[in-house]
Amino acid sequence: MNQREIIDFHEGWKFMQNGITKLKSILEGAAETHFTSEEHIMLYTTIYNMCTQKPPHDYSQQLYDKYKESFHEYITSSVLPSLKERHDEFMLRELVRRWQNHQVMARWLSRFFFYLDRYFISRRSLPPLMEVGLTCFRELVYQEVKVKVRDAVISLIDREREGEQIDRALLKNVLDIFVEIGNGLMDFYEKDFEDAMLKDTGAYYSRKASNWIVDDSCPDYMLKAENCLRREKERVSHYLHSSSETKLLEKVQHELLFVYATQLLEKEQSGCHALLMDEKVEDLSRMYRLFSKISGGLEPVSNTFKQHVTAEGSALVKQAEDAVSQKKTDKKDVVGVQEQVFVRKVIDLHDKFMAYVNNCFLNHTLFHKALKDAFEVFCNKGVAGSSNAELLATFCDNILKKGGSEKLSDEAIEETLEKVVKLLAYIGDKDLFAEFYRKKLARRLLFNKSANDDHERSILTKLKQQCGGQFTSKMEGMVTDLTLARENQTHFEEYLNNNPTANPGIDLTVTVLTTGFWPSYKSFDLNLPVEMVKCIEVFKEFYETKTKHRKLTWIYSFGTCNVNGKFESKTIELVVTTHQAAALLLFNTSNRLSYQEIMAQLNLSDEDVVRLLHSLSCAKYKILNKEPSTKVISPNDVFEFNGKFTDKMRHIKIHLPPGDEKKKVIEDVDKDRRYAIDASIIRIMKSRKVLGYQQLVSECVEQLSRMFKPDVKAIKKRIEDLITRDYLERDKDNANLFKYLA
Amino acid sequence: MPRSSSRKGTTNLKESGNSPVMDLFRGGSSKSSSKDIGRHDQLFYTYANHSLDMIDPDGIVSLCSDLGVDHTDVRILMLAWTMQAEKQGYFTLDEWRRGLKELRADSISKLQKAVLDLENKVRKSSSFPDFYSFAFRYCLTEEKQKCIDTESICILLDLVLGCQFRAQVDALTQYLKHQTDYKVINMDQWNAFYRFCNEINFSTFKNYDPNLAWPLVLDSFVEWMQLKRGKA
Repeated sequence: MNQREIIDFHEGWKFMQNGITKLKSILEGAAETHFTSEEHIMLYTTIYNMCTQKPPHDYSQQLYDKYKESFHEYITSSVLPSLKERHDEFMLRELVRRWQNHQVMARWLSRFFFYLDRYFISRRSLPPLMEVGLTCFRELVYQEVKVKVRDAVISLIDREREGEQIDRALLKNVLDIFVEIGNGLMDFYEKDFEDAMLKDTGAYYSRKASNWIVDDSCPDYMLKAENCLRREKERVSHYLHSSSETKLLEKVQHELLFVYATQLLEKEQSGCHALLMDEKVEDLSRMYRLFSKISGGLEPVSNTFKQHVTAEGSALVKQAEDAVSQKKTDKKDVVGVQEQVFVRKVIDLHDKFMAYVNNCFLNHTLFHKALKDAFEVFCNKGVAGSSNAELLATFCDNILKKGGSEKLSDEAIEETLEKVVKLLAYIGDKDLFAEFYRKKLARRLLFNKSANDDHERSILTKLKQQCGGQFTSKMEGMVTDLTLARENQTHFEEYLNNNPTANPGIDLTVTVLTTGFWPSYKSFDLNLPVEMVKCIEVFKEFYETKTKHRKLTWIYSFGTCNVNGKFESKTIELVVTTHQAAALLLFNTSNRLSYQEIMAQLNLSDEDVVRLLHSLSCAKYKILNKEPSTKVISPNDVFEFNGKFTDKMRHIKIHLPPGDEKKKVIEDVDKDRRYAIDASIIRIMKSRKVLGYQQLVSECVEQLSRMFKPDVKAIKKRIEDLITRDYLERDKDNANLFKYLA
Repeated sequence: MPRSSSRKGTTNLKESGNSPVMDLFRGGSSKSSSKDIGRHDQLFYTYANHSLDMIDPDGIVSLCSDLGVDHTDVRILMLAWTMQAEKQGYFTLDEWRRGLKELRADSISKLQKAVLDLENKVRKSSSFPDFYSFAFRYCLTEEKQKCIDTESICILLDLVLGCQFRAQVDALTQYLKHQTDYKVINMDQWNAFYRFCNEINFSTFKNYDPNLAWPLVLDSFVEWMQLKRGKA
């Protein structure tokens, strides 16, 4: 039997030692040949044998110890001294070289001693060979030099920050050591390098910032800051470990931006406010980018933005007010050109600042809200006594009516209407807008002044989308009514054809409106001329053939009449309102009539009579002569038919300007609001049964907020009214609690 | 006239078991002998209008003169409250009996003593709030009437609260006469006046919060007072 020869320890070790020595000289760079595979196998087998020999010749433990000792010996004799005598960059290079050597050494030795790894280490729960090697290097080399190394690295980094070129690859290699030395854990990198590096970075930028903040303008500072951040990011990609990126950037942001945020934004000539004033879009975009990175950074920016928008908007309001106050006093109640211009400017302002929100501020919600808040402030101020609700409604009217002041292409109209509806979102009193809009829509529809049906419908669709179906349902009803009215008129004409005796002798067109849809009108008991009375009767008869359950109320103020004026020189057809016609026809029986007589005969109010007579005697076409011939109607005036009147046209329209709608609209809206508040309170209390006062008020405000902002006092008053009407009662023990009474 | 049934939630004063008036006269026996009742009725019929079977305004005037108290005196109001009288100017037999039983009076002299002492007792008692509410209801003379005109309110306030809250009553009276928003005052507002006097620091109004559910009339009153005092 071939019994293996027992290898004596010392002999065996001597053999190994030779191998190790050879390895060392290869590492030192002495021109030695590499290990042949034979040598490799021999070394490996020696270890194998010495470990597998029977006790007392199994030398595993001793070999393990010797393995470790080899590193110790090599490090202490060669590695450390060479490191200690070098400094700065040279030391770093030496360290990298030694580390790389060490890796090679550990790899080779582990291969030679491999058999230990197979059984011995797990049996004794000992660290494996590679780890042992690593630990040796760490304990003996790394721990010794880490501080020096760290400081050398940081100083190189700072020099690079100052603009010097440094050896990035070297730094990468050094820092890799910090990472790898942890054998999977980042602790060493973080504690022995990163912490100090961050601290140094902080100090570095703190110094820089304290100088820059004094010397530089805000845009310049921001540019520098942006560049620094970019460079630090590059630094990470070049040689720092990727896990440092977030912490590093945060540190820089803190020192450059967070610490000096307020000072930066509030810089006199160049801070946020100044940039907005000077429309420095690029700088503002940069500001957004930078400040969005620090916590709470955007709030002051958005506040300044809000203030700026509010100021610009308020300036527009003041401008418009000043322009209006310079107008003639007698035209003050009518919304005029200045107000139109104002609305146009507000739309433009909105476009301008929305562009800022979209482009500079990347659609951030804070800035959307700032814009909204700002507009809500000045959009609810009104101009020269006209509320913004009225101004917007008038603006729409001008776009939608024939001969309106805005001459725009179809596309431009659509676009403008779209923008107007968006502005409506900022107005609290939406119900007021609706009422004014309705009133003007009524005029357009009834006097056939609507320029384009499609546009009319289009804006209603937009309003519906923005404010809900309830908002536009009445208006839509109005438009539909007109279509039905036309059908109805056709039937009426058929009826007249079939009943020739019923024919009143005058061409009559009637538009039947559904009361609920249209604004409420005061209906006067105008004394109609005889000829017209017959017309009314005939239509009534016809209408009753169609439906018996409806009542007709005649609104003459919206009627139009074609009257032939037989003047001395020629007959001219006059297009007038029914009221005007009734007044003129009075002169068929009397040549001269006094104001009082006219008023008595027509049975109208003073206000209406004055307007009426003014349009016929003091305006462009003098159909009547007035004594005295002043420009103002007084109750003592006397009127005469002006036979001498003539005009080159055969057909003229005599305009009757509408009366003061504003007051009535506001009255109507106030009334509707009272009902709305009542309904809301009852709805809430019915479902909650018992509710505290403050909660009731806040829920009520919320419910109604889509249409208007109810005054808290108004709500209180309605609650009290509802108590008196036994809908609610106050709780006996808690005066702030209300109960619903079924 | 019977009270309208639409007024819910108010104490049903007919249930004498729950009567807050009982608080006034605690202790002692409330046993009434038929002899006592007889005397009550007798007394009643000396003042009553026999066709109505009630004491009518004339009878009350006569009663008052016998008691030596003017019929506009607060004590007569208190007497009415003690009786839980429903209709102003009239006392029914039941009400009379109730009242006199409470007051332990079966003769005119005893009644006189009791009435003279009544003001003290009522003002100090814990059922004063009930009396306060009663005062308002008692003045609702028309059927379905829910409010009282401000002139009368001022008089009533003076009568009922004048002793305890002189300053408040004077100021409130002045305000009610000065303002034009409210021509009448309802029960809810009336009750609030009392709460106001009790809870609010009249010299500073510091603890008055218009954001709470105080009636609007008081919000305006406090505003008006603060303006006035601001000038002073």
